[in-house]
Amino acid sequence: MAKITMTVNGRQVSGQCDDRTLLVHFIRENLGLTGTHVGCDTSQCGACVVHMDGKSVKSCSTLAAQAAGSDITTIEGLAANGELHPVQAAFKANHGLQCGFCTPGMVMTAVDMIRRHGGQLDEATVRAELEGNICRCTGYHNIVKSILAAAAEMGGARVAAE
Amino acid sequence: MGVEGIGARVARKEDKRLLTGKGRYTDDMSVPGMKYAIFVRSPYAHAKIRSIDATAAKAMPGVIGVLDGKQLLADGIGNLICGWMIHSKDGSPMKMGAWRPLAHETVRYVGDAVAIVVADSVAEAKDAAEAVVVDYQELPVVTDATKALEQGQPQLHPEAPNNLIFDWQIGDPAATDKAIASAAHVTEITIHNNRLSPNPMEPRATLGIYDGGDEHYTCYTTSQNPHVARLVMSAFYNVAPENKLRVIAPDVGGGFGSKIYIYPEEIVCLWASKRTGVPVKWTSDRTEAFLTDAHGRDHLSKVKMAFDANNRIIGLKVDTVANLGAYMSLFSSAVPTYLYATLLSGQYDIPAIHANVRTVYTNTAPVDAYRGAGRPEATYLLERTMETAARELGVSPAELRRINFIRSFPHQTPVIMNYDAGDYDASLDAAMKAADWNGFAARKAEAAGRGMKRGIGMSCYIEACGIAPSAAVGSLGAGVGLWESAEVRVNAVGTIEVLTGSHSHGQGHETTFAQLVADRFGVPIDSVNIVHGDTDKVQMGMGTYGSRSGAVGMSAVVKALDKVEAKAKKIAAHLMEADESDIVIENGELKVAGTDKTVPWFQMALAAYTAHNLPPGMEPGLKEGAFYDPANFTFPAGCYICEVEVDPETGVTKIIQFVAADDFGNIINPMIVEGQVHGGLAQGIGQALLENVHYDPENGQLLTASYMDYAMPRADDLPSFKVSTSNTPCPNNPLGIKGCGEAGAIGSPPALINAITDAIGNNRLTMPATPQKVWAAAHAAN
Ligand code: FES
Ligand code: FES
Repeated sequence: MAKITMTVNGRQVSGQCDDRTLLVHFIRENLGLTGTHVGCDTSQCGACVVHMDGKSVKSCSTLAAQAAGSDITTIEGLAANGELHPVQAAFKANHGLQCGFCTPGMVMTAVDMIRRHGGQLDEATVRAELEGNICRCTGYHNIVKSILAAAAEMGGARVAAE
Repeated sequence: MGVEGIGARVARKEDKRLLTGKGRYTDDMSVPGMKYAIFVRSPYAHAKIRSIDATAAKAMPGVIGVLDGKQLLADGIGNLICGWMIHSKDGSPMKMGAWRPLAHETVRYVGDAVAIVVADSVAEAKDAAEAVVVDYQELPVVTDATKALEQGQPQLHPEAPNNLIFDWQIGDPAATDKAIASAAHVTEITIHNNRLSPNPMEPRATLGIYDGGDEHYTCYTTSQNPHVARLVMSAFYNVAPENKLRVIAPDVGGGFGSKIYIYPEEIVCLWASKRTGVPVKWTSDRTEAFLTDAHGRDHLSKVKMAFDANNRIIGLKVDTVANLGAYMSLFSSAVPTYLYATLLSGQYDIPAIHANVRTVYTNTAPVDAYRGAGRPEATYLLERTMETAARELGVSPAELRRINFIRSFPHQTPVIMNYDAGDYDASLDAAMKAADWNGFAARKAEAAGRGMKRGIGMSCYIEACGIAPSAAVGSLGAGVGLWESAEVRVNAVGTIEVLTGSHSHGQGHETTFAQLVADRFGVPIDSVNIVHGDTDKVQMGMGTYGSRSGAVGMSAVVKALDKVEAKAKKIAAHLMEADESDIVIENGELKVAGTDKTVPWFQMALAAYTAHNLPPGMEPGLKEGAFYDPANFTFPAGCYICEVEVDPETGVTKIIQFVAADDFGNIINPMIVEGQVHGGLAQGIGQALLENVHYDPENGQLLTASYMDYAMPRADDLPSFKVSTSNTPCPNNPLGIKGCGEAGAIGSPPALINAITDAIGNNRLTMPATPQKVWAAAHAAN
């Protein structure tokens, strides 16, 4: 048992957990943030993706203790002031989700993908970069469409701001 | 069509919740005092249990209790059952062996549960489960269904000699044999339909809560049909009477059939909650899901298709062996019989059909319905046979299909089904046009110039959805009726709640069902709430599977809306001193046609509840319910075309394009329908190219129990799809809906395999068409 402290969605939190506790379980059980999901036990599905210091990580493959002191964003922290993040809005507009179970991980992965590629994303890149996220419902068609739409919008917005 | 009415591409109401992490799935639930369960599972595929010793486990930190199958039996908890009776052709009933929720004498597949450990944390429960000592005496194992039927093989259940569950037939054997004997050409082929794991991304989970004060149980569960779960747990498993058992299926992360069934874990967690006095939650990990979620498919069939000199099909003979695994799951007997062999006529006018089906026990996980359930097996068999026949006869695949299409409706097939409507030429034309079929030769030549082998394949599928007319399925052995219920509650301020027995686990009911109401009354969909998935709120329902939510579930809503509309018009007529036949409802107002007199919807609703000024004798309030029992199945159909490029050096198949042209009848929300097709296509393509459940035949160990070993389709395995619909409304339900949930998974595998075999010039190929198999087939003589 150790006490760990980290920043989650802009708020400082701390909790007691076993050395073996995974970050995803710390987030779900200790913090009650159940938007981050667990879909597998081999680090393959990406349902658990969160951002750690701005980069996407699989929280099922990260120990809670490794995340001590870091800045974590989960799906709950993405929408600001009740407004959907552009990636969330694009998923809604393009029917990029069905059952919603893979969705938090998909959205967090997509936000990181767009951050790295900006408006330069194309379909082949999106599909290749989704390697670590499995969806059983959508056939990916509308997920790819959503990410491209969000990238275009966010890329466009950035150009406009510069 | 209004902006939110029938036919509109309305963005989903449920999305905000699911996109912001506010979805509420079973594993997200927690209640005060809740503890965690881990199941002790058999590591052997077949063994006698000599003894179970939990002494050490019980002494471990955090452990609340360890319970086993003997205690479960002593408490009177019943066997799991299969709810569809099939009789063999000799008239004998199917031979169902006992399935205990916790095995206490014999384990029959790897993963069979033998005990439950309840502890303060999952980690402590896992540690303690490791410490439960089960003394097994290993028995010989059989995993292959055909082999299991042979003499001298291991026997799974004393009730079923030679592991044969039933030997069933449909159609006319004599007429079919005669047609084959007189044929100008007979195409013969052996078809293997590979075993799959459904793999909804949310693993199964359950939370059992026993309240000793009221002697009442609450079961949160990942179910496609919570009411069926309550019924079965009450009537057969003896968990609790219905009035003492509430089943809640909250947000459910996909099902695809695998969450229809009632599994041991729900039953055992409820029972364990009473035994230990704490709420008990269990969540499957992915390995357990591979081991214990019901699998799909696993058929081996021998096929003979007979043609006359004009290339018309005159007879079809099919002999199928279906692997049902170690126990008979809830609908397992219906899948390889009435959901399969009744579709063997496909889109074709076939005068004589005979199918024989033997179902078999093996030391593998139970097999039951998986997206399509029987219809993918029928379609793959037929459409590969048609393609093979076209090649043998030297006719184009489209031409052979056109020669044999059914063109007049209703059409009675020789295998029960009566097709009500369809236009098979229309979807074939649409698909060929979208795929630029006529330009294929040039594309093939271009690819050949790069050393690549291009192929094109088609598949014309039909399925039976909207299950199902209760009396008809009752006469065929179903243990339940397959109607649906709905209740429409108009609140005093005019907002509306629709309660449905359907269940959404990704299909978007909260949006599409609200669209029906918006369309009818002109109210915004935001003023309509859809309530489902809780047996305390919705009285009864049959749930969601078999693409039935639209055709059956929505039809029940329509019936209830009819009643609400009739009463609302009476109230409005009374308020405006008009004749009720003159009242029309538009844009949220009730109007007297041809005048400027109106009553807003909310005012009519308020009048219903104040009851100060209602027509004489009218009851206050505005709430109506309905049950809808379909008159017939519905028959979605379509044509899928796939074009591939195979690299002869590596055997890797690349999908160049995938075209789907479907006939789903009328459509409520095209965006959602397209999404259903995309998802189905991905699963069908997964079956054809990637997925396979593989057991070690020697010892029954599951070799594909993780995403490292079982190849799920990923984004870069798939193309973007070209989907379209050309619709003939279903004449048998009020909305003209046929259903769209399974088509993609049904129609796609044969189109893909037909394309690959066309590319490599060798018809001998089994699914999944892995690079290794494709390479070998491409380099072997046909
Ligand atoms: S749960 Fe983290 S990758 Fe599957
Ligand atoms: S939306 Fe269901 S798994 Fe992706």
